[in-house]
Amino acid sequence: MENVSHLLSLITFIPLLGAAIILFINRECPETLRWVTIVCMLVDFVLSLFVYFGFDSSIATMQFVERYPWIPQWGISYKVGIDGISLLLLMLTTFLGPIVVLACWKDITVRVKEFMICLLFLQVGMIGVFVSLDLFLFYVFWEIMLIPMYLLIGVWGNPARRLYAAIKFVLYTIVGSLLMLVAILVLYFMAGKSTGIYTFDLLKLYDFAVPVQAQFWLFLAFFLAFAIKVPMFPFHTWLPDAHTEAPTVGSVVLAAVLLKMGTYGFIRFAIPLFPNAAVDAAWWVVLLAVIGIIYGAWVAMVQVDMKRLVAFSSVSHLGFVMLGMFALTTQGVEGSIIQMINHGLSTGALFLIVGMIYERRHTRLISEFGGISKVMPLFAVFFMIFTLSSIGLPGLNGFIGEFLILLGSFAKFTWYTVFAASGVIFAAVYMLWMFQRVMFGEVTNPKNLNLKDIDLREVAVLTPLLIFVVWIGVYPNTFLKPMEPSVKNFIQHVEKKRAAVTAMEESGKQNLPNVERISLVSSVTKIRAER
Amino acid sequence: MIPVPEVNLGGVLPALVIGVAGLLAMLLGLFVRKGAVTVGAVIGLVGVLIALMVNAPLRLMNTTAFSGMIALDTYTWFFNMLILVSVGLTILISMKYLVDQGLDLYEYFAILLFSAVGMMFMVSGSHLLMIFVGLETLSIAVYVLTGLLPGNTKSSEASLKYLLLGAFSSGLFLYGAALLYGASGSLGLAGLAKYFQSGSVSLMALVGMGLLLVGFSFKVAAVPFHMWTPDVYDGAPSPITGFMSVGVKAAAFAAFLRVFFECFSSAQVTWAHIIWVLAVLTMILGNLAAIVQTNIKRMLAYSSIAHAGYILVGMAAGTPSGAAGILYYLLAYIFTNLGAFAVVTMVGRRGEANINLDDYRGLGKSHPTLALAMSIFLFSLAGIPPTAGFIGKFTIFSAAINAGYIWLVIIGVLTSAASVFYYFRVIMKMYMEAPDVEPESLQFSPSMAFALSITVMVVLYIGIFPTTYLNLATESVKTLF
Repeated sequence: MENVSHLLSLITFIPLLGAAIILFINRECPETLRWVTIVCMLVDFVLSLFVYFGFDSSIATMQFVERYPWIPQWGISYKVGIDGISLLLLMLTTFLGPIVVLACWKDITVRVKEFMICLLFLQVGMIGVFVSLDLFLFYVFWEIMLIPMYLLIGVWGNPARRLYAAIKFVLYTIVGSLLMLVAILVLYFMAGKSTGIYTFDLLKLYDFAVPVQAQFWLFLAFFLAFAIKVPMFPFHTWLPDAHTEAPTVGSVVLAAVLLKMGTYGFIRFAIPLFPNAAVDAAWWVVLLAVIGIIYGAWVAMVQVDMKRLVAFSSVSHLGFVMLGMFALTTQGVEGSIIQMINHGLSTGALFLIVGMIYERRHTRLISEFGGISKVMPLFAVFFMIFTLSSIGLPGLNGFIGEFLILLGSFAKFTWYTVFAASGVIFAAVYMLWMFQRVMFGEVTNPKNLNLKDIDLREVAVLTPLLIFVVWIGVYPNTFLKPMEPSVKNFIQHVEKKRAAVTAMEESGKQNLPNVERISLVSSVTKIRAER
Repeated sequence: MIPVPEVNLGGVLPALVIGVAGLLAMLLGLFVRKGAVTVGAVIGLVGVLIALMVNAPLRLMNTTAFSGMIALDTYTWFFNMLILVSVGLTILISMKYLVDQGLDLYEYFAILLFSAVGMMFMVSGSHLLMIFVGLETLSIAVYVLTGLLPGNTKSSEASLKYLLLGAFSSGLFLYGAALLYGASGSLGLAGLAKYFQSGSVSLMALVGMGLLLVGFSFKVAAVPFHMWTPDVYDGAPSPITGFMSVGVKAAAFAAFLRVFFECFSSAQVTWAHIIWVLAVLTMILGNLAAIVQTNIKRMLAYSSIAHAGYILVGMAAGTPSGAAGILYYLLAYIFTNLGAFAVVTMVGRRGEANINLDDYRGLGKSHPTLALAMSIFLFSLAGIPPTAGFIGKFTIFSAAINAGYIWLVIIGVLTSAASVFYYFRVIMKMYMEAPDVEPESLQFSPSMAFALSITVMVVLYIGIFPTTYLNLATESVKTLF
């Protein structure tokens, strides 16, 4: 392939370079550390704009592909590239980078050096996950981002329960991802034995038809890893703890990008690799998604802590994402991807807002507040818009995502969709009720009388998010268009591959040796005989 | 007239060089009053460097010497290198430690070098007696090193325990060898292999094989033959604990693999099941017991048991890729664990006063570099990419999956998920908790700084670019199959 661009590698590794630079800066000058980090994140964002504008939105193939052999004896290569599905998530990640740094400018005052290094490492891991097209490379990035997040929660979190929340986050994630690693290896050997080419290249593995019975187990392992990350009910219990204990920007990154890695994992790996199992399991997955939507909303309703409330609302919102995705219709999947972005923007913004008020009052209990809109009018405007966006008010981004998802899934899962739609109403209840208790009425608590309204920096943090919230809401085509060919291709691929596997299974047992070889019983005698 | 066996000193030159270095260290120690540590260390390091050089030709050989007693092949070359590297690093780690502890002992290095000689004969032995002689040479030296802390009852107790249990396991090994000789009339690995391939294997030979398996399991600390490990690792001087956990383990696994793959490969169906059970027990018990430890040396002792379990997974796979995985794993493990023990040595201070997990509180703040190094070693032990430990686990697990042992691998990954808990707890102590009293700052000696930077760089480098080393491992196990 001529004309190879190194743009994606640059975007992935510039934060690493930034971290290396920071390593040599004196920890006594936190301002310099912050500036280096934000410049690094901005450069990253500008580079990703080149990707966005250079992206050909009329084709579904991978673009900006780079490939270098890495561990050739195992068929592992450094292969990155993006299509319409990952493009938006990549943009979201790089876009949030500088915002996050700006948001923690005054918040983080201890161990600034380590904090910035963690943020940059996290950025490397997240971008890497979205661009990698090699299962091994993907797994490496997926695990790498665990460490900075663990440190963010554990070191800069809320003193009371940060250690518990941090280790819980790590253990939940790692159990899922290690089982996924086993599944990746099984898939690798299965494909290798049957085609003769041992490779971790995702696009090549896409073309390999996995026998139905094996698909079930492999899908289960991938499902576990991703469902924990999303998080889907009932694997969500790490999320409220991690969110509540993490520092503000930790929560923002966690909600906006890390959770998307789970949903992205389904759409990029679990579903296209194992379409039969995915379609067969869709009923169950959607059941869990709908339970998540309603359960998350109900639990959010009774929270007394604003941050916990927003955390549970994530469980509910990501239920929608899963619902749309497993409907496997164009609208459903498009809505699901848009909803990922929406959730990143709105929930990220809500966490920032909760963080701003926490910085002023050092409490997040709803009962401590009341009438804040009188003291902080500008703050109230932003808070209102993001609340409405989270609820899904027409004209703002949330509506587009939820509408497309419900539209896309109605034909396939009529009753589920009906129940899911009630989640929209519950969202209005808990969000507006919280907003009302915090912002409206008289100022009952004298401590709230002298709160300062948000300053220029905080406006600068929230405004970019606001722009996109409105933009997606008013003219979503800007964002839907580049993903359309890829989404159509994705659905076609799933259907074609599913049909092919079914046909293969029915047309006799010519593939039986593979099924046998991978059967989950270990048998030494067989190995011996083969040798 | 007794025929004189052909003598090929060239092949055993690395071991000879180290032996001579040990003798020199002992002799010169007599004449140097002060600074015996430096003299011993310099002699040891020079010896290691020369030995590494004369070891190089072994890579291209594939023959036996001394009437089939010693195998000179790539496999020997690889393990000689591992042993020499771990001795070299141990010397670097020990230098300041000995001075700090007030142990001006030149014998320390002499005994360390002698144990390395034993190891090198053990890994190159292609005759059960040769392996036994190597095993005993290394064991006796290590018993002494374990009890080296004068006036420290824990150290003496550890030494005695190790001696008693070690002697017992040596006895079992020897008995197994005797039974095998009785059944097959040969102690050479080639002769034994022929006997096992002949098809009619007597029960006596199988019992003999089982006893060898027990003997080796003792040395590699596989459950249920691990009882000595925590106490001995806890009582021994920290650098020696590090040395034991990598050097002795590597040498024992080298001989274990050679004997079982070369001689008993035709009986693999029989022993693979036993190894399967041992691996599962070792991984589960090692990891679970490590969780409840409050002393870092005991924690790392159980963790080293657990790592023996992962290595046994590669053995159960029984394929060339499994064996190559073991070799790479040991390479990664040597650098990782010696690095971790270097940190333990440094934090331990005089009299090994600070070996509790709580002593690591606040290390991230008071000694950021040291804490960063320790974190990298712990990530590698936990198998988090992009460290050497991850690639090690990956190779072994992928070989086991390829051989059809999916459940074994699932148990392996679940136990290694549990291990994340205790490895991360040290990180938690270092970065997220504050010490009760601010400890005095620790001094990096040049040798320690050198050892730490080498280990950190290697752990990261072979974790990110493992290709060359994986090829070396694959090349080295060719002679076994």
